[in-house]
Amino acid sequence: MGREPAGEEYYPDDEVEVLPLMGNEAIARGAWEAGVKVASAYPGTPSTEILESMANFPAKEVEAQWATNEKVAVDVAIGASFAGVRAFAAMKHVGVNVASDALMSQTYIGAHAGLVIAVCDDPGIHSSQNEQDTRLFCRLGNIPLLEPADAQEALDYTRLAFEISETFDTPVIVRSSTRLSHTRSPVRVGNRTEIDCRGFNENPQKNVMIPSHARLSHPKLIERESRVGEYFDQIDLNHWERGDQKVGIITVGTVYSYVKEVLPTASILKLASSYPLARETITDFCNSVDRVLVVEELEPVIEEGLKVMGIATEGKAFFPRVGEFSPEVVRQGLESAGVIESLAPKPLLEVEPLARPPVLCAGCPHTSSYMALRGLNARVLGDIGCYTLAAIEPLEAIDTCVAMGSSIGNAVGMAKAGTETRPLVATIGDSTFLHAGLPPLIDAVYNEVDITVLILDNSTTAMTGGQDHAATGKTLRGEQTNRVKFDELVRATGVKWVKTVDSYDLATLYQTIREAVEFKGVAVVISDRPCVLDPVKIKGQPFEIKAELCVACQSCMNLSCPALVWTDEIFDGHRKVKIDAPTCMGCSLCAQVCPTDAIRLQQRGSGNQ
Amino acid sequence: MTRQGVIAPVEMANTAPTNVLVVGVGGQGVIMISKAVARLCQENGLEVKQSEVHGMAKRGGSVFSHIRFGQEVKSPLIPQGEADILLAMEWAEGLRWLPYLNPERGIFIADTQRIVPPFSCRDRNRGAESGYINTSVQELVEKVPNAFAMDATSVATELGNARAANTVLLGALSTALEFSQEEWHRVIAEAVPPKTVGVNKEAFVKGRHWVESGETATDFSSDNVISLKEPRESRLEITQAWCKGCDICVKMCPERCLQLDQHQIVQLIDEKRCTGCRLCEWLCPDFAISVEAK
Repeated sequence: MGREPAGEEYYPDDEVEVLPLMGNEAIARGAWEAGVKVASAYPGTPSTEILESMANFPAKEVEAQWATNEKVAVDVAIGASFAGVRAFAAMKHVGVNVASDALMSQTYIGAHAGLVIAVCDDPGIHSSQNEQDTRLFCRLGNIPLLEPADAQEALDYTRLAFEISETFDTPVIVRSSTRLSHTRSPVRVGNRTEIDCRGFNENPQKNVMIPSHARLSHPKLIERESRVGEYFDQIDLNHWERGDQKVGIITVGTVYSYVKEVLPTASILKLASSYPLARETITDFCNSVDRVLVVEELEPVIEEGLKVMGIATEGKAFFPRVGEFSPEVVRQGLESAGVIESLAPKPLLEVEPLARPPVLCAGCPHTSSYMALRGLNARVLGDIGCYTLAAIEPLEAIDTCVAMGSSIGNAVGMAKAGTETRPLVATIGDSTFLHAGLPPLIDAVYNEVDITVLILDNSTTAMTGGQDHAATGKTLRGEQTNRVKFDELVRATGVKWVKTVDSYDLATLYQTIREAVEFKGVAVVISDRPCVLDPVKIKGQPFEIKAELCVACQSCMNLSCPALVWTDEIFDGHRKVKIDAPTCMGCSLCAQVCPTDAIRLQQRGSGNQ
Repeated sequence: MTRQGVIAPVEMANTAPTNVLVVGVGGQGVIMISKAVARLCQENGLEVKQSEVHGMAKRGGSVFSHIRFGQEVKSPLIPQGEADILLAMEWAEGLRWLPYLNPERGIFIADTQRIVPPFSCRDRNRGAESGYINTSVQELVEKVPNAFAMDATSVATELGNARAANTVLLGALSTALEFSQEEWHRVIAEAVPPKTVGVNKEAFVKGRHWVESGETATDFSSDNVISLKEPRESRLEITQAWCKGCDICVKMCPERCLQLDQHQIVQLIDEKRCTGCRLCEWLCPDFAISVEAK
């Protein structure tokens, strides 16, 4: 090792400062302390705060920027590493799918200067489209992995990851999960170590991945795997807690805390990494206990590794492969494994819970687009973003949602299948369109299909909390920059029919989409009403409902607006509706759909409360 | 039942951590309140872990935050049945998390204010009730040993800022933890927007006094829910000869149960979905549809 790994020695007593940090903030802090120079990311829950907090460090120390997508983020980091400075990228688990093309080659090239990628998994699918396990990607690409269990380790491991990256000439992945990323706990922080630039290493055999060079690199990967595994054996990262010898539990990451909660007296080996495995430590541990249980979230990565090593072990026979772990899940697993006595279930207080799915906000500019598409009886191909919420009732206006940018490609495929009788409309947000929507749009024009693309431009990356992107004209640090103009961009691909419309004008929006659908070829409608939450919270004069005019037809309730609520007044057996003035932001959509003109702008000083 | 008494402070034992679960709906300040509690505990030399799920939070969904503090904290998640305090900023959210409350000695503090989501107003049939949870304050108080239900939103509205309801509840919570009022005031001042420090401090004091006074520790006024009469069915009658296939009713039907047939004449495709709202009857320019209540 060129430098000491992160640990006690970084924190001389007089400099120890303890801050309450979220896992994500700790990862950013760790990278900053390690002297990172370039950091890039595409926002995605639960990883978004990593780059946001990176931007709190001075610009002269670290270039922190939003990338158009995760592959660009990783390519930017790779470029910086080529240039000889420490580089960092962050993303959510599904972002790795996008970045993997670059990552799977870069692992052959290695890392000239430290190259670390933070990936946040989402077990339990709190805010994602799947719950894939990033550890399998590490095994696929022979990329060493570090898995912190709490915010302190998130900082320490991220620092260490840069050392491992440079020592072993490899990209390193630091894997977090929703639970770690969004848990705040006290962290001892250190200072930044400035790292000298290594300069570019002119070595085509190493840096240019053509078949003859790649063939030379591949054996080195395999050798690197065992060297990193040996290193994980030597350093003091794996916690071996000696306890009851009847059962030994091997665990990793946040799951460790649940095991400690449920079974504090057990023999526990808490690994720092599922790949490559610290084989010697694991063998010694397994020999010291009568029975070995692996407790890991999602896929049986460690368990399979142990079985390949010839160690008799159990794991997924008792613990689920799906969902997020919790003290309860671990307890149930240990009970079914016969490790702890199954207690009579504690009588818990219970009430049948209320379904409260997330909904589009009051005044959301997307709502009217889906009302219009419903009216047009369109086959709607959805994409990733807030607007996916229009799939649930009462809007029920989205038929598919696969992955970032999929909507347009899916529409091309459905058009080519030639069987769909309803108009094909792909709906995609501004940030998602920039991320992965352009190649399929070019494909649609190139292959001459009859589809409509609705770009829902709300001028922000709304779902992840309002991040800037290339079409907002602002950088991560809030500085002015070039602003992509969607109509120009779309025309440049060869689309002949492009119109921009204000989605608060329901009639015009409906007419425009109808014209677009009737146009033979690729038509693009851009709705450009900004998000009501970000970058600034918009609050206009609220509307009110004249109760004497309301006929309780529920037309407005179809907007699924959180500001519209039932009253106790009845008309013809149905409940009348009122508007919750503090929630209403005055978009006027309900007034536009009301057949009896009962919804009016609230007179100042009155109110229907 | 401590309905008429002061909350007994939670024992901060040396071994087991103290567990506080704060829940509500996106935008109510669940995370802000949690941070204030976590900060106060940390400043008092305790180890604190605060875990939350956001992301969908701004979209009106359910939001929760686990706070655990003590000499040593392992899991950031509170195990079921072990929350010492459940602080709910919305009635149904409090009920949702009941399984986490310690059934013997857990303290339940909730705003009786109901935020009815659009999702609960989906049954459009005649006489339909909202799908909002119907557990009353009375039922809850009988079930939970230490239940405190108050109309915190109204208290905050009287102070001039409905959004301070969360600090009213925090004031109630403060009586269960052994920190001084000065310390609470300081963390509140750091947590809330600068302009609202005054009103939030007042709200905190109101909540604290409300519990300490003991007299009004449970407010049953929200139990008076008006119920509708028996449901009635409806029948849709279409005069085919008058329909010219303009499509207005098809497009505007809230339940999407109308369609044009091959002759461009409107037909009811799903009798069960029709709620008898009469919208088609009113919108039809040719008087081709009428709705009868059965």
